[in-house]
Amino acid sequence: MRFPVNYDIAITHVVTRKKQTLVAALGVTIGVAIYLFMNSLSSGFSSYSRNNIFQTNAHIKIYKNDEISSPLTQHKNSVSVILNPQITTLSKTLINPNTLLDKIKKEPYITNAIAQVDFSAFYNRGNTQIKGSGSGVNMLQYAAMFNTPKYMVAGSVQDLQGNLNGIIIGKGISEKLNLGLGDNITVSSSYNVTKVLRIVGIFNMGNSISDDSKCYVNISTAQQFLKQGNSYVTTIYANTPDPDNTQPYVKKLQNITNYTVEDWKTTNADVISGDNTRKTMMNAISFSILVVAAFGIYNILSATISQKINDIAILKATGFKSKDVIRIFVAEALIMGLIGTTVGLCIGAILIKIMSGVYIGGPVGYFPIHFEAPIFVRSFVLGLIITLCAGYFPAKKAASVDPVEIFRR
Amino acid sequence: MKSNELVLKTQNIEKYFYDPIQFKVLDNVSFEVYKGEFLTLVGKSGSGKSTLLYCLSTMDTKFNGDLEILGEKINGKKIDDLAEIRNQHIGFVFQFHYLLPEFSCLKNVMLPALKLGKYTYEEVEEKAYQKLDILGLRDQALKPASKLSGGQQQRVSIARAMINNPQIIMCDEPTGNLDSKNTNIVFDIFKQLAHDFNQTIIAVTHDNDFAANSDRTIELADGRVIN
Repeated sequence: MRFPVNYDIAITHVVTRKKQTLVAALGVTIGVAIYLFMNSLSSGFSSYSRNNIFQTNAHIKIYKNDEISSPLTQHKNSVSVILNPQITTLSKTLINPNTLLDKIKKEPYITNAIAQVDFSAFYNRGNTQIKGSGSGVNMLQYAAMFNTPKYMVAGSVQDLQGNLNGIIIGKGISEKLNLGLGDNITVSSSYNVTKVLRIVGIFNMGNSISDDSKCYVNISTAQQFLKQGNSYVTTIYANTPDPDNTQPYVKKLQNITNYTVEDWKTTNADVISGDNTRKTMMNAISFSILVVAAFGIYNILSATISQKINDIAILKATGFKSKDVIRIFVAEALIMGLIGTTVGLCIGAILIKIMSGVYIGGPVGYFPIHFEAPIFVRSFVLGLIITLCAGYFPAKKAASVDPVEIFRR
Repeated sequence: MKSNELVLKTQNIEKYFYDPIQFKVLDNVSFEVYKGEFLTLVGKSGSGKSTLLYCLSTMDTKFNGDLEILGEKINGKKIDDLAEIRNQHIGFVFQFHYLLPEFSCLKNVMLPALKLGKYTYEEVEEKAYQKLDILGLRDQALKPASKLSGGQQQRVSIARAMINNPQIIMCDEPTGNLDSKNTNIVFDIFKQLAHDFNQTIIAVTHDNDFAANSDRTIELADGRVIN
């Protein structure tokens, strides 16, 4: 295989200066490997925390928000008089929830919707009391939406269906109260309703907030806890086709109902902003490492050019144009960059492979890191772009060498 | 042999150096060079002979006056176009050989022809062997350029100057680093190139024997042609 003369010269330079080539390539290798690794890690953590969110949150939540009493006078020029502002909401229920649920389900962009009754629960055994929250749901529908069966460690979600005396509790509650499958648990509500329910299932979601406090009962059981009738529903959850782009659906749903429509991003703004902070930091750090690696190429190429200034002069004298000189040295940078990037991707992949087998304990379990093709592509492209820039500036300097000055020395 | 075909013509070339002070290096230089002529430029150091050569070479464009090479006006041409003219029509030999140390002699000779891109790699290789043959270096062709003796390196650089069969070969002190034996070899080669191959040689030298044996000598003093 024969390369055009410019690339022939570039390859010869790179091959005859193996050590410098390898040093420059090594810099890029480390840069790309770390960039790939850190971005995979950050993306792994993001998808982990997002999975966590979707364990108990749907894409969109509809509920009745508290209303604060408004000023007594609202005229433009008058003084607002307000005495003892307070919440005026008398009941948390959505009015006529079944009609609303049916209406929402008919919307073409809604993939799934369920009704839920939330209440505060206290789990008792002897003198021990654990505070928590309960959700009254149609368990099969709920399980279909939140993939609950995946987290069941004892019993099953089917056993709750239609069983008004059944309850599914978190693993933490089960351990603290020393109650297992089939045992009875005394649950009371803030409305002073106490019931003895039979444990038909135990779940372990891997996050302590759910595992130590949450329970599931049937909707009517929950309504009894709240001393309410069978039209009492506190929340409607709905899923959409694209969780990353919920805003337009929120707007459309807001047209249907007066109740507060909130997507999961708003509900979990703190988690998401933490996530973004981590992403930005990791990106910035790994990108800086890549830039430092590029300086390695810049330095080595600059040194090569100073050493080869005679060669550049004679090439220009014998008819090589400025753009030929630029091509020669950019090609050298690209060869180094290509070697470095390729090896870097391999090393990054090995790091990911090793880390994905490391157990860090806690609810996270194994390191949440995976092979993700887009990140590999991004690392590769970025590695090459950066070496291209690192090569271009010294190459430009080389192209501006005035041969007369060299020959007259 | 010398013909009446004009290959290079200058008219009123003048050039200034500005650093450290303004100084006129070339003053009203006008002459003509014909095909197959072996011309030497002589003069004391600082007379402007090398400066003149670099102006003629198209590498230095910062001068006033007209320069015509092969009937084409050079003034105001783009740098890349000038590079193309040098590639095709002008060969260079310097005091130092300026061979690329990583490449074999053969490859060094081939590079300008590969850049020209008129012939295939194999044809260029064949031509390079021919040129090295003329200079008696065929057996050294595949050695790295850095492994040759000074005289051999200078001959390789002459082969490189010849590879595209340029009309003009310009030399700046081509024998400056050579002993008398190698100087004679190089001189004979130039003579042969001019008279047998009908190429024009323009050489700057301060070797009086070398100049005396050439076809014509132009002497410069203080930037002016005096002879």
